[in-house]
Order: sequence, then C-alpha cells, then structure tokens
Amino acid sequence: MRPITQPKNCLAKRIIPCLDVKNGRVVKGTHFRDLRDAGDPVELGKKYCDLGADELVFLDITATLEERKALRDLVGRIAREINIPFTVGGGISSIEDVRNLLLAGADKVSICSAAVRDPGLVKRASEHFGAQCIVISIDAKRSASGWNVYIKGGTESTEVDAIAFAKKMEQLGAGELLVNSLDRDGTKKGFDIELLAKICGLVNIPVIASSGAGSMRDFLDVFQKAKVDAALGATIFHYQEIDLKDLKRFLSQNGLPIRL
Amino acid sequence: MIAIIDYKAGNVASVKNAFNRLGVECLITSDHETILSAQGVIFPGQGRAGTAMKELKRSGIDTAIKNITRPFLGICLGMQLLADFSQEDDTECLSIIKGKCQKLPSVLKTPHLGWNKVEFVGNSPLIEGIRANSPYFYFVHSYYFSPLNNDCLVGKTPYGFDFASMVQKDNFFATQFHPEKSGKIGETLLSNFCKLCGR
Repeated sequence: MRPITQPKNCLAKRIIPCLDVKNGRVVKGTHFRDLRDAGDPVELGKKYCDLGADELVFLDITATLEERKALRDLVGRIAREINIPFTVGGGISSIEDVRNLLLAGADKVSICSAAVRDPGLVKRASEHFGAQCIVISIDAKRSASGWNVYIKGGTESTEVDAIAFAKKMEQLGAGELLVNSLDRDGTKKGFDIELLAKICGLVNIPVIASSGAGSMRDFLDVFQKAKVDAALGATIFHYQEIDLKDLKRFLSQNGLPIRL
Repeated sequence: MIAIIDYKAGNVASVKNAFNRLGVECLITSDHETILSAQGVIFPGQGRAGTAMKELKRSGIDTAIKNITRPFLGICLGMQLLADFSQEDDTECLSIIKGKCQKLPSVLKTPHLGWNKVEFVGNSPLIEGIRANSPYFYFVHSYYFSPLNNDCLVGKTPYGFDFASMVQKDNFFATQFHPEKSGKIGETLLSNFCKLCGR
C-alpha cells in the first residue's frame, strides 16, 4: 500500500484561559490557592502564561460607561506585562470602542451582541483595523431546527440562525470565531461537538470552542471531532480542576500539535 | 537606544512594551536622523502593503531604511516590505532582500494565525540559544515572503507547505512571526538582537 502523504502542518492547537473581569478585578478567581492576589487580572494572566497558555481572553462584565474607562488602563497594564497575545471583549458596540482597546494594547477584540444588532460594524472594524484583530463571539442555543443566536450575555434570544450567522461573519471580515454553547455552558458535559463541527466545516477562518469542558478528554474530543483550532476554558482552570500543563501534555501525547 | 520605526502601520506599542520588559531603552520615531543614529532599528508592521509603502515614500523613510548600517529587524509586514514586490495591492516594495510576497494558498485557513514551528536551516546571531527543537512562535498573516535565493533563509515554517519565516541579509534581519508576542522564546530572540546592537 502506498503511504498517504499529507502536507505537513505544524500549526499548534491553542488552549485559551478566559478571565471574567469586573471593576478591574477577576471574578471567580477567589478559589486560587497559590496566588497572593487572587483577583488581579494581570497577575492571574501571568500565572497562566507561565503554565503555557497560548493566548488569554479578558471578558469585561462591567456595566457602566464610567467603569469601562478604567478597563482601558487595565488593558494597558496587561499589554505591558504579558508577552503572549490577548483578546479583550465585553460590551463593544462601536468603532470607537474597538479603537480604544487596540490603542490601549489589546491584540484582538471580541464583539458579541453588537455584531447581531449591527453586522455592518464587523465590516467597518475589519476594514479599519484588519481582520486579524476582529473576533466574533457567538452565543448559540439549540432550537427545534438548529441553533439560534442569543444576545446580551445569553439572556435574549433572536431569530438568527447560528450557522448562517457564522458564515455571514466570515464574509463581513471576522478574523476568528469564538463559539459559545448556552446549552453546555457550566454543565461540564463536554463541548457541543455537533455545533462546532458544522461551523468548522463551513468557514475558512479559525474557530475557538467554548462552553462545556469538564475533562481533558473533552478537549481532545473537540479538537479531533469538530476540528476546531482552539479551545477556551474558564472555571475549569480557575478552580484547578484541570492543570493547564497536564492538559497540554495529554493532548500532545494523543497526537495533537501542541506548544509545550 | 533602539529606534522603532513609526509609519502608521500597526501595533508599535507592543514592540516597545517588549523592549521595556527587557529593560532596553527604545524610542518610537519617524525621524530620519534618529533612525539612522540608533544602535539598532525595529521595523514592525501590521496592515496592508500598499498603504504602508505609500506612507514610507511620503515620509522618505523608504530611503532612510536603505541607508541603515546598524542591525535592523523587520517584523511581519516589516519583513514583507523588504521584498521587491508584494501581490497585496500590487505594491513595489523596498527591494532590500530579493523576492516577492504572495497570498497564502486559498485551501489553507487564512490568516495563518497562532503558534507554529520555526525550523532553523541557516545560522544567525539572533537564534543563539533557541535554534534546537524547532521552537514555536506566534504568527498572524495572510501573505508570505518568497525569497529569490535561499542564501538569505534562516528559518522556515510548515503550514501545508514550507514558507520562509526568518531571513537575513547583511545587517537586515526579518521575521514573519511576532517575537514580541512569542513568550519567553521571543524575548530571547529580541534580547539577542539587543546584544548585537551593543545593548
């Protein structure tokens, strides 16, 4: 039998810890045992860097405009201290918001509800700043016929079909898609492989899987079965249920290209 | 002092942050004299080749760059602009290293984004201490530099095919990846560059 030669591609699968930030402090971070200041985003970010995180996502869940200005200072601090790429998301609704975060030092921004309300924003942002820094975050939930897009932190449903929306975002200039499953969020039952595989099969930009990870096996499954490019984890890392280093070693031992 | 060339193309601040972390003095500038008298020059870049070349010509920085004799490091678009020509916006570039820039084949996910291996095939003072085991660096790009001669090749990266991810000619060094975003390994490369500059 002739060997099947596949073109070599060593692009690593990425593991991305996500930190929720409120008023400049990480929330859900209180269970860290080994850190002096459990709530400081920069310190936590650095800890994850040392453990081998490939990127970081900071999600601002601050409500008011006044508090959002403080976010810019925080992003500046992260950019000065951290030597891997990071994405900032939460409440971004205008070109001005995007510009401010990029100027403050964010490598990418993640746009969620605003991309549904105003798809033109995605196109404008991509043309202004380049597709490479525009991540579109999709909150999807199963419906009778497929998956619907939700907005406002998953609290409000729309009639938008999540799969078609993913394709549309690629066409408008998204550089990457971050796909959250509201059905799996917090369940630890594993990623929504079916949803992610559908989207990965349809678009030609990187896809980040989010929501549902409960074990190292779940990460392996989502990479192997859905062919995603990256996987995000939050509480599972924060509460040290999975050690980032162990996870990366496990994935590498199972044949995935991983940066160790 | 290391000069970081500001030509309105991309995230110069992240390069400055990287040098600050190394404790090396640097300055973001578009002033020709400052660029020519610096101990070393960084030529970063994000954005489009056409827009970038227009700005370099308008400001005369294109000529200044050709006269630099100190160590010079082009990063990402800063590497691609050293070529003769880029398919992106059909742009005549700086012609410092012979070759042209082409779009990544459409069968590959574009942009090529994330951590990929660099296999070092040539020698360079910048890869001292990191050349073993094909280390991972962080990439974000849609075009790649295709050199005319392989003498300039320092590193190549497998992404469905092998492309040039690090080149050098005389005092001109260039990386397609972002050392300023590539963790500790990237810091080592930048630190080697600083040593070469006498910092």
